[in-house]
Amino acid sequence: MSSNLTDLDDSADRGGPAQPLLIVRNLKKYFPVRGGLLEREKKFVHAVDGINFTVAKGKTLGIVGESGCGKSTTARLIARLMEPDSGSLIFDGEGVGEFGGIELKAFRRNLQMVFQDSFASLNPRLTIQETIAYGPREHGLSQAQANERARQLLARVGLEPEQFASRYPHELSGGQRQRVNIARALAFNPRLVILDEAVAALDKSVQAQVLNLLQELKAEHQLTYLFISHDLHVVHYICDDVMVMYLGQVVEIGPVEQIYGQAAHPYTRALLSAVPSMDPAHRTEKSPLSGDPPNPINPPAGCRFRERCVHAEAVCSERAPALVPAAQLSGHLVACHMNDAASGHTAATLESAA
Amino acid sequence: MKTTLSPQAPSRSFWMVVLRQLRQDRVAMISICVLAIIIGAAIFAPWVAPADPFKASMLNRLLPIGSPGHWLGTDELGRDMLTRLMYGGRLSLLMGVVPVLAAFVIGTSIGLLAGYVGGRTNMLTMRVLDVFYAFPSVLLAVAIAGALGPGMSNSLIALTLVFVPQMVRVAESVTTQVRRLDYIEAARMSGASAFSIIRVHVLGNVLGPVFVYATGLLSVSMILGSGLSFLGLGVKPPEPEWGLMLNTLRSAIFRNPWVAALPGAMIFITSIAFNLLADGVRSAMDVRR
Repeated sequence: MSSNLTDLDDSADRGGPAQPLLIVRNLKKYFPVRGGLLEREKKFVHAVDGINFTVAKGKTLGIVGESGCGKSTTARLIARLMEPDSGSLIFDGEGVGEFGGIELKAFRRNLQMVFQDSFASLNPRLTIQETIAYGPREHGLSQAQANERARQLLARVGLEPEQFASRYPHELSGGQRQRVNIARALAFNPRLVILDEAVAALDKSVQAQVLNLLQELKAEHQLTYLFISHDLHVVHYICDDVMVMYLGQVVEIGPVEQIYGQAAHPYTRALLSAVPSMDPAHRTEKSPLSGDPPNPINPPAGCRFRERCVHAEAVCSERAPALVPAAQLSGHLVACHMNDAASGHTAATLESAA
Repeated sequence: MKTTLSPQAPSRSFWMVVLRQLRQDRVAMISICVLAIIIGAAIFAPWVAPADPFKASMLNRLLPIGSPGHWLGTDELGRDMLTRLMYGGRLSLLMGVVPVLAAFVIGTSIGLLAGYVGGRTNMLTMRVLDVFYAFPSVLLAVAIAGALGPGMSNSLIALTLVFVPQMVRVAESVTTQVRRLDYIEAARMSGASAFSIIRVHVLGNVLGPVFVYATGLLSVSMILGSGLSFLGLGVKPPEPEWGLMLNTLRSAIFRNPWVAALPGAMIFITSIAFNLLADGVRSAMDVRR
């Protein structure tokens, strides 16, 4: 597939296998809230409030959390569809948009995104071949080359070019449209693909097909995925690591089996116990969490989860817990005072002793 | 539409689909025929018209409809009405089409930029244009035409200025909607320039609704143009123009009401036809939902 694409292909591995593909440092985005015309005092929605994480090469990092916790904002900040208020990105060892680092345009080519709404993410006036060929065409491929590439990609995602290339988005099913979106994302040989609820709008059988396609493509093209979802079953199936967000902050991040088996943060445990069980004998009877997430304009001081947390104590409202390595779990970070023996939380010593 | 999902779907452009849809709309087709006759008569007036539009005759003043030699009667100076209605269509249709076309180009460009850039630029542009909205369009047209002085080109300019804010508003609101859609973000992800994104992804999706709105304005423009002529701000006599003819025949309304009403009937028929056609185009463009 790379015969005529050498000029588009700058996906060479630079940092070596141990270098994380993406390091996100202290990423922040506050949205100003406009009051009335005469209201001078400015308020801010703390959409993403200083998050740090790394994405290892060739892995899939899942980002989960309730609606409004900042998952999609994080994705858009990383894709630079929005300017972050502060924070830096390091892509394969090179600072994005920094002096001596990787240029924004090159970074964008290395990173592509698949959106949730398969219909809104395709231009209704273009045939799907034109849609896929648009990007390569913009980067200097000839029309014939770009069309050829579009057809190859369509074939790869399971849409016969003879039959589909000249169709319009409204003539395709949801699953077919999402395949087109994936094909478009692959047009640049990206290294990182952000899947923002990419399979959420599909029904279960189509979802499984698309997930399998994503797994195959990942192996073929050495891709790294950032998989944003609220479907914990899908995350369990596809992800290597999972990051749990609450109200614009990371509360826990770790390997998928540890998160699902030995979650260290009470919020993660509540989230996981809300997943419907396949076994009627283990039906969830009472809601694991009560209340709504607090207002992101004025998040509570200290730990943001304390108002809904059954373990909340005085220390939780005094200090915000830092994201630190979890006790007895490797590669696992958690932001909870119960994890820190020195915090003064009464459960902290018990947990670490157990 | 059953054939569109056949395995070898041929490459069809959007406008081909709209055209096919339009052909099945009887009202729109009748409107097109009516407009074709009126426009054809206006264009080919010098060859088709039975008489000289400026030749007056004191003996044949205000003949009724159906008089031999003058099928639609004569006006207050004895000029043949059929001929003058055919010639009058030239200026009246021009008054309808030219300002709308000019406003379409100017308004779409401004609206597209304001909508795509957004933020303060957008707010400033729209608030300035809101000032124009404070005046009723008839009053605004009369005021501008009056300030520029009477004459054909001045009334064209006046009408264009009246329509630009409306066009901008439509283009701006559609652009603002389109700009938020994921396919624009996807195009930005591909690193395309803003110009290319506007050209390929925004323009194509904005042009449709703006075009439909513009079609609806054709009749308004014609009526306003005729109104300006009626008030003596547009075309000058003896030039035939429907609004002006309506004005000069006013004095004969009691002697020969049917002849006096003819220019008004032409304005009415033409604007209704434009409006029905606009409706047809609008529904034909909705095929994809």
